[in-house]
Amino acid sequence: MLHLRIVNIKRPKNAHSIQRGLMTAGSALQAIEVIKTYGKGENKFTALGGVSVNIMSGEKVAIIGKSGSGKSTLMHLLALLDKPTSGRIAIEGQDSAKLRGSKLNTLRNQKFGFVFQQFFLNGNASVLENVILPLKIAGMGRSERKRKALEALRKVELEDKAKSKAKDLSGGQKQRVVIARALVNDPGIIFADEPTGNLDSTTGARIEKLLFDLNATHGITLIIVTHDPELAIRCDRQIHLKDGRIVGTTGRKARMI
Amino acid sequence: MKFLDIIATASSNMFRSKLRTTLTIVAIFIGAFTLTLTNGLGAGISSYIDKQLGNIGAKDVMFIQANNDASGKPSDQPKKYDPNKRTTSIASEGNRSVTVLTDKDLSKIKAISGIKSVKAYIGGSIDYISGKSGEKYVGSINEYLEGENFSLDAGSLLNNASTKFEVMVPSTYISSLGYSNAADAIGKTVKLGVTNGLGKQSEIEASITAVQQKSLLDNNAINLNTALLTEVHKLQNVGLPSTATADYQMAIARFDSTMPADKVKDLKDRLKKAGYNGTTIDDQIGTFKSVIAGIVAVLNGFAIIALLAASFGIINTLLMSVQERTKEIGLMKAMGMGGGKIFLLFSGEAVMLGFWGSLIGSAVAIGAGQIINKVVLNTFLKDLVGLQLLKFSPTSVAVIVGIVMGIAFLAGTLPAIRAARQNPIDSLRYE
Repeated sequence: MLHLRIVNIKRPKNAHSIQRGLMTAGSALQAIEVIKTYGKGENKFTALGGVSVNIMSGEKVAIIGKSGSGKSTLMHLLALLDKPTSGRIAIEGQDSAKLRGSKLNTLRNQKFGFVFQQFFLNGNASVLENVILPLKIAGMGRSERKRKALEALRKVELEDKAKSKAKDLSGGQKQRVVIARALVNDPGIIFADEPTGNLDSTTGARIEKLLFDLNATHGITLIIVTHDPELAIRCDRQIHLKDGRIVGTTGRKARMI
Repeated sequence: MKFLDIIATASSNMFRSKLRTTLTIVAIFIGAFTLTLTNGLGAGISSYIDKQLGNIGAKDVMFIQANNDASGKPSDQPKKYDPNKRTTSIASEGNRSVTVLTDKDLSKIKAISGIKSVKAYIGGSIDYISGKSGEKYVGSINEYLEGENFSLDAGSLLNNASTKFEVMVPSTYISSLGYSNAADAIGKTVKLGVTNGLGKQSEIEASITAVQQKSLLDNNAINLNTALLTEVHKLQNVGLPSTATADYQMAIARFDSTMPADKVKDLKDRLKKAGYNGTTIDDQIGTFKSVIAGIVAVLNGFAIIALLAASFGIINTLLMSVQERTKEIGLMKAMGMGGGKIFLLFSGEAVMLGFWGSLIGSAVAIGAGQIINKVVLNTFLKDLVGLQLLKFSPTSVAVIVGIVMGIAFLAGTLPAIRAARQNPIDSLRYE
């Protein structure tokens, strides 16, 4: 077993300390005292009850917890898909609250890649078309986006399947297409939501290796949401969530903010 | 996403659910097909009427008569004699007195602003017309007026500047006069029989310059050029007192035909003040035209109703698409696609449905129109020579395609707004 170091998280006492809590050097993403609630009045439900986390550039971070622990909510907030009820999210030291509309869209398009458990591929379109989608959204020209998509497919060793329909692929192949789609825009951060959840252990191991290789060779920051402890352990750091709070951080590079 | 990419994506999304798309296109097709046909019918009939209008009279001509009391209705009481007014009483019509025009009236009319020129309408009649066969046939005569654009079977329009005697005969006279066809009659000489005031009959020779196509609205009179009519008139008036020859039932005035309708009305009002009644060709044919326009409007209404029904098909199809593609919308939003572009993607799909439906609908309607034209004109509308029942123009087809695309766009807004407003997280969680 790995040696785990449990660290208690101290929460800043006021807004002033939040300001001082902003770290810029080497920080890819930072959540500061983030609270997320859904609903109102009696139906009010707190998904995240004050979470602070700092993810360094090039780090492999696993967010683990049972379903309902708030791990997906945290990922969505970090990926700027949602806005926190209170607290702040900073990207490379910049407060994300200042980003709006098209700027936010451009940032997500250029800096983030997404890998989902359910793939979210368009089955009737070709593998190439699926991989091209983020570049199409970015407004890239026809020939260049095709070149980049083929390059991404080469990285996941699926270049020969470029013209196949996505629905004709196996589960593992589909997940590799999803990874190709996530890295086609050369993102700084890839968010992976249960990337091996739907795969058998052999295929899962291959996907895992692929993601870790991307991290090692391209320095892409990996944020993996999972309830699989074996996958989590191979990350640099594990953030344990329970009932919307961080109950512990473990790992080789565990640190507090 | 670039605009062209949005259109291309919308286009390919359209064919993801082929059956549903096909059914929606069929619904739009029916609407567009009907609209194109009814429009073609309207255009065909009104162009036929316009052609017939040319047969009745020139557009810049105004027929002017003296303003008769009580609009010329028969009166029970005899009217007092007015030595300043030249009248003729028509006993057969219940003592109705008709005021006629004199040269004095003509100069008065000419002075009214808006009237470019005026001349007396010379009536006249012939006893008979005879041609190659030698048989004599009765017929009414008309003066050919400059600007009257008759549809001809053969020959060319009469020349009023010519001193030669020219005549245009209706096509119905051709075989009776002894000619094998319209072209055969051109250039041939006919004789017109005229009786003068002393009861003596004489003949004038004239050459057939034109053969008039059979017409729906015209009374199929024999038309004479000015020189010939003047000759007929001169012969007829031999032996008549000078007062009789200086009376005119009607004057023919010319006005600017590009004048807007309200200006024409002003001109008529000025004439009325001076004691005259002006009638244009549009007045004579206006009611007929507005009835046709009404019928076409009702038919177009039905087509629009069909299109409205089709637009609900579009709404339905797209709502289902939005529902089915919830996750995809979420993914695209997560990847940084803005709501505005998601809206364009779905409304673009609606416009595309409208485009294909209307294009195919119009094309098939035009094809069907050609067949209908052929069948109808060879059977029960055979007598209406020169009629093209359904007439299509590129402009009207373009307008129809545009209208249908507009309706489709409006129908697409509801689903498109729903798609644009979707929250990426809810969409990605959606099961």
